[in-house]
Amino acid sequence: MKIAGIRLDLIVPGVCGLALLFGLPIFLDLFSLLQVTLYAIMAILALSLAFIWGYGGILCLGHSAFFGLGAYAYAIAVINIGESTAPFLIAILVPTLAAAAVGYFMFYGRISDVYVGVMTLTLALILFNVVNSTSGAQYHIGKAPIGGYNGLPNVPGLNVPFDPDNSLDPGDMYYLCMGLLIVVYFGLRWLLTTRFGRVAVAIRENEKRVEFIGYDSRLHKLATFTIGGGLAGLAGCLFVNWGAYVSPTTFSMMQSAQVIIWVLVGGVGTLFGPMIGAVALSWLTVEVGSQQLIDANLLFGAILLVFVLLVPRGIMPVLIDRVWGRISLPRRPVFTAPPVAAREGKR
Amino acid sequence: MAYATIVGIEVVYAIATLILVSLGLAIIFGMMRVINLAHGEFLVMGGYAATIAVHHGVNVWIAILIVPPIAVGLIGLVVERAVIRFLYGRMVETMLASWGLSLLIVGLLTTIFGSSTEGVPMPLSGFTIGAYQASGYNVFVIAFSLLTLGAVYVLLRFTRLGLLARGTMQNAAMAAALGVDTTKVYAVTFALGAALAGLAGGVLAPVAGIVPTSGGSYIGQAFITVLGGGAAALTGVTSAALLFGSVGQAATFATNPVFGSVALLLAAVVLIRILPNGITGRYFKGWL
Amino acid sequence: MSGSNVPQPLIEARNLTMRFGGVTAIANVDLSVAEGELRCLIGPNGAGKSTFFKMLTGQVMPSEGEILFRGTRINGFEPHDIARLGIGIKTQVPNVFDGLTVRENLWIAASRRNRGKATERAVARELERLELGSIADRLVGQLAHGQRQWIELGLVLLTEPALILLDEPAAGMTEDETVRTAKLIGIIKQSCALIVVEHDMKFIRMIASRITVFDRGRILVEGEADAVLSDQRVRDVYLGKRAA
Ligand SMILES: Nc1ncnc2c1ncn2[C@@H]1O[C@H](COP(=O)(O)OP(=O)(O)O)[C@@H](O)[C@H]1O
Ligand SMILES: [Mg+2]
Repeated sequence: MKIAGIRLDLIVPGVCGLALLFGLPIFLDLFSLLQVTLYAIMAILALSLAFIWGYGGILCLGHSAFFGLGAYAYAIAVINIGESTAPFLIAILVPTLAAAAVGYFMFYGRISDVYVGVMTLTLALILFNVVNSTSGAQYHIGKAPIGGYNGLPNVPGLNVPFDPDNSLDPGDMYYLCMGLLIVVYFGLRWLLTTRFGRVAVAIRENEKRVEFIGYDSRLHKLATFTIGGGLAGLAGCLFVNWGAYVSPTTFSMMQSAQVIIWVLVGGVGTLFGPMIGAVALSWLTVEVGSQQLIDANLLFGAILLVFVLLVPRGIMPVLIDRVWGRISLPRRPVFTAPPVAAREGKR
Repeated sequence: MAYATIVGIEVVYAIATLILVSLGLAIIFGMMRVINLAHGEFLVMGGYAATIAVHHGVNVWIAILIVPPIAVGLIGLVVERAVIRFLYGRMVETMLASWGLSLLIVGLLTTIFGSSTEGVPMPLSGFTIGAYQASGYNVFVIAFSLLTLGAVYVLLRFTRLGLLARGTMQNAAMAAALGVDTTKVYAVTFALGAALAGLAGGVLAPVAGIVPTSGGSYIGQAFITVLGGGAAALTGVTSAALLFGSVGQAATFATNPVFGSVALLLAAVVLIRILPNGITGRYFKGWL
Repeated sequence: MSGSNVPQPLIEARNLTMRFGGVTAIANVDLSVAEGELRCLIGPNGAGKSTFFKMLTGQVMPSEGEILFRGTRINGFEPHDIARLGIGIKTQVPNVFDGLTVRENLWIAASRRNRGKATERAVARELERLELGSIADRLVGQLAHGQRQWIELGLVLLTEPALILLDEPAAGMTEDETVRTAKLIGIIKQSCALIVVEHDMKFIRMIASRITVFDRGRILVEGEADAVLSDQRVRDVYLGKRAA
């Protein structure tokens, strides 16, 4: 949207983001600021899935695999190395490589959307089982035990790059996480305007046509998936720093389900909606966790069911329709198409 | 020799449990193209059904073999009517909805039973082979899995219900035109898959502790087996279970169960790369 | 070869066969099309025309035989590699990006060969050629069937192929739309070779060219339009009176 030559769609979120980044520390006490930091981390995680699912059309049901890998990679690396610059990068690199490897097998094998969902889910499940059951002293990577179901307590936090004596305090962590959220959001917005981004969206719309035009859809899907995996890993790394603690629940089904629910509730095919979904539902998780009445699984299961059956487009698109009173979103079927009976006789 | 027998029993047991655990999922996927993410919870509900029956003084064999499939089959029927039927033909939505259901069931079970571990007493004692102790119940599970596989085959291949089901899955419009009540066929097929899941949960109840969240430890293997097997439910599950069961168990013997499950996943990933439509997508075409 | 003055064909199918399980959709087809030629492919439903196109574009792998494009064997190439070599296809079931606008659709195709401002210019040129300027910012999924067909044609043209395969381009079009499509084909054939599958005889007469007739996976006859269309065997095939 342009008004008098000004890109409102960039200015408004930009100004809001900066206002939150610098404004919240003035108004919030430390405890609330810590909560907001967690929401920002979860919003990054939501964006990573919003990108690969909502725009790339790749159904990743086991997104916690990459979140958990980022978390554990950081924890194990920082316990071994001490200074946090390399561990921070390793935490992004490990899930990125994992996503690339799994993505290679999935996309170059040309398995259908639904199979991709099941494969990723299985990946997360097995990682969870592995990490959960490696509790003995025999399971360690360098100096770091894997810790099994107990996880790893007392994970050292981030320090100013290359300055191990200067570690980040909770206030710094807030600026880092919120700042990274803004960077990731605008980074993805930018990416979606490039040729790569547009082809990725075109693949979501019609993979065959993309190939008839001459783009390698496998490569584009692999790249999309890898970027999403890396961003989820970044969120995992920040998450360990936030709590100074990592446990196998980062790999859990519930964690994967949560991300799916954030994106679904916010709106598949938008970036802003999933961020809102992440914040609202993370808040809800904290609220539910502090009482004994309703089980969290029960609540989130109900939310997922209700949204799939009744509000499949999510809240953002519906709100936008209400506000503008016209069909501007979604510009496509909400979910990825059912699998084409692909390439008979080819392989 | 005795050790080889023990190892042999272990490998066959691994394959048999894979078949048992995956069969319900495979029927629902193979016949209806629905991936039921609540499959693990169906198993767990089977386990709880057996536990409750035992607590009420029901004979342990009836509690693990009869009560769970009936109870979970009925629940499956309700689930199909209340949720799944609105989503036929939309695989992604069905997956997400059944995932919601899975969480919902975990929540309900936690609310009702708490999160303490339940169990069923072992109905068979062990026996010895040479210097080694073997579980009699494991041998029973092997035999029972084969029996179940055979029974399902007979049901699909030779009964009127099986014929109607296969016809409907092949071409629903044609079946409807010929006067088949396709809605009913879908519902019954889903219930059958659910009942098989419940049965698996019941049979495994004496060997596995039951908590509301234990579904997660089954479905990974079940998904791999069904995916690796491909569209033909019975042949697919059997062939994939043979492959993955041996690979997983070999890796378990060589290292430990943790790496056993990793080897399973790697085998599955490689298989999917080579045969994207599963084993029966390439071989055994036209089999059940 | 240097002594031969017969030019190398643009595309050549040799002994091409495609079996699906027990069904033989294409059986031992030999066919070649020269640079710049316009060829019509006709034949009753199920004759194997779409399957033939699927083999040429790498969507299915031939059971037997080979496909040569400018002398290169392209069997087993990935669809995008074949597209990059210069074969474009408009499929029987339209393949467009329904959730994107007309302009966005064309942009994706245009940016395969163009960068930056040149992409926008190519899109603008194509919008003008196809007379789609007035609906440039509409979602393709909301447009009429005929318009979607032209957009798909635009997507093909923007990749500047040397050979375009059109699978029933006029199917489901109104009389006026059919005439316009025939005119468009007339323009396109000045810059590249075409193979057009059509059932509509009026349409074929409009674009009059050499015709190959497929029947039950085999080539029945091949020749100039007038001769083929008056051939008794061709009439029989279309009327369902198969020679024994
Ligand atoms: N994927 C497939 N699997 C099995 N049979 C197929 C497949 N695709 C096409 N066929 C069969 O091949 C034959 C030719 O089909 P097609 O190429 O679509 O014909 P046309 O386009 O000339 O109408 C038909 O008998 C059709 O049923
Ligand atoms: Mg056709």
